[in-house]
Amino acid sequence: MDRKIRLIVAKPGLDGHDRGAKVISRGLRDAGFEVIYTGLHQTPEDIVQSVIQEDPDALLLSILSGAHPVLLPEIMKQLKANEIDDILVLGGGIIPEEDFPALKEVGVEAVFGPGTKIQEIADFIRANLKR
Amino acid sequence: MTTEIQSKNTQIQKYVDLLKNPEKGPKKKRALARLITFIENGGPEAAKEIIPQLYPLTGKAHIIGITGAPGSGKSTLTSEISNHYLEQGLTVSVIAVDPTSPFTGGAILGDRIRMKKNFTNPNFFIRSMANRGQLGGLAMATKDVIHIIDAYGSDIIIVETVGVGQSEIDIFKSAHTTLVITPPGLGDEIQAIKAGLMEITDIFVVNKMDRDGADKRVAELETMLDFGENIQIENDYSQAKVVRCDGWRPPVIKTNGLTGENVPILLENIHRHFIFLEETGFKKKRLQFRYKHYIIEILKYFLVKNVEEIVFSNEKINEFIEKLLAYEQGSDPYTISEAILEVFLNRYFS
Ligand SMILES: Nc1nc2c(ncn2[C@@H]2O[C@H](COP(=O)(O)OP(=O)(O)OP(=O)(O)O)[C@@H](O)[C@H]2O)c(=O)[nH]1
Ligand SMILES: [Mg+2]
Repeated sequence: MDRKIRLIVAKPGLDGHDRGAKVISRGLRDAGFEVIYTGLHQTPEDIVQSVIQEDPDALLLSILSGAHPVLLPEIMKQLKANEIDDILVLGGGIIPEEDFPALKEVGVEAVFGPGTKIQEIADFIRANLKR
Repeated sequence: MTTEIQSKNTQIQKYVDLLKNPEKGPKKKRALARLITFIENGGPEAAKEIIPQLYPLTGKAHIIGITGAPGSGKSTLTSEISNHYLEQGLTVSVIAVDPTSPFTGGAILGDRIRMKKNFTNPNFFIRSMANRGQLGGLAMATKDVIHIIDAYGSDIIIVETVGVGQSEIDIFKSAHTTLVITPPGLGDEIQAIKAGLMEITDIFVVNKMDRDGADKRVAELETMLDFGENIQIENDYSQAKVVRCDGWRPPVIKTNGLTGENVPILLENIHRHFIFLEETGFKKKRLQFRYKHYIIEILKYFLVKNVEEIVFSNEKINEFIEKLLAYEQGSDPYTISEAILEVFLNRYFS
């Protein structure tokens, strides 16, 4: 039997909508993942603490507010500061394509826009696990 | 030993060493989290590399089990209870167990949402676990994880599980103090206080006291407890059926998880229960009972694992197999298996 894959779906920032994140969480559950859902309004510190404690294989950051150019690099920086380099970090939500390269630069390995099929996300995670 | 196992064991060793370090900090917390992952994925094979090294550091935490129907307010209360302990300067850890979907094998672990307040408190740790549908297996993993957290140095360990199937009994077998949450208005009264629950409950919590029917629920529970007092409960701690402690009538406490109302009263009662266990000697009796179950689970695992190997590779077994082929009275598979078992047990326990 394959090892169970744990992932955190987190919503950094101030936007108040988590419908998308919930849909993704359920979809990934149905794809066989163990999804830790942490709720709205997560600060980078909250997210890093959740990562330390839950020790997931992947972290999916869903962000709609447009604050990704600030928040995602900050989260990556804090993960690094804690020597966490063996989890797969992904972005989701509304992130314009021109911002992808900069995010990739700081370690966000893929960004999934609205309308991405769950199966695509699931396959990507399975194929790119870091441990 | 394959190199894969070797490198895993080297990794385990690194984190065990970090955990043994008395100095707390993010690194130690991460080591704790990583060791739990090893247990989750590696089961007893991983646990047998970890627990023996950490065991002498355990036995210090007060372990509180919280169970109840889905949505009864377990996580909300766990968060409130944690706040109070954290304010007292204590270290608190939470293990939140949620069910695995039997259809997809996946799970949504949402208990963290209710514990946001404490995410970044250095004295707080919460770990979500899916029960992975393992029969009995979760009970074992939970016990292992409790021991690792205990070794890490947590004054309080709270284990939250949804009260379905066997899980309450499992939690009872791990905790010092078991809280059963039964809010009003869940409809099915019988289900709310289902059979067997009276025996494992140390404290009843009627959460959502702001809702209609809270006082009625309290009265129902008190009536049940009145009846229960007249029933002779067998206090044989060597047996699985056991349980309630003479002299302890489970208090029934109304709480409001959202406002924190009455949570201090709940905490007083948790404390009172712990003192009761210590003063009456029930703590030791319960521990003996619990370790018997822990041992049984470990033995079952390793026996099952080893039995094939033994039957296929041990020369002595052939004598027994020979007998089988005689088709005589007393040479049937059951009698033979019993004889083999006897040889094992005699070798180790006589
Ligand atoms: N009215 C009222 N609602 C409450 C109270 N305590 C908790 N809730 C609400 O009940 C809902 C479920 O609370 P949780 O703490 O998630 O319950 P749970 O038992 O942990 O749920 P599961 O882990 O999903 O089984 C949430 O919406 C809470 O806000 C209370 O005392 N009164
Ligand atoms: Mg919960």
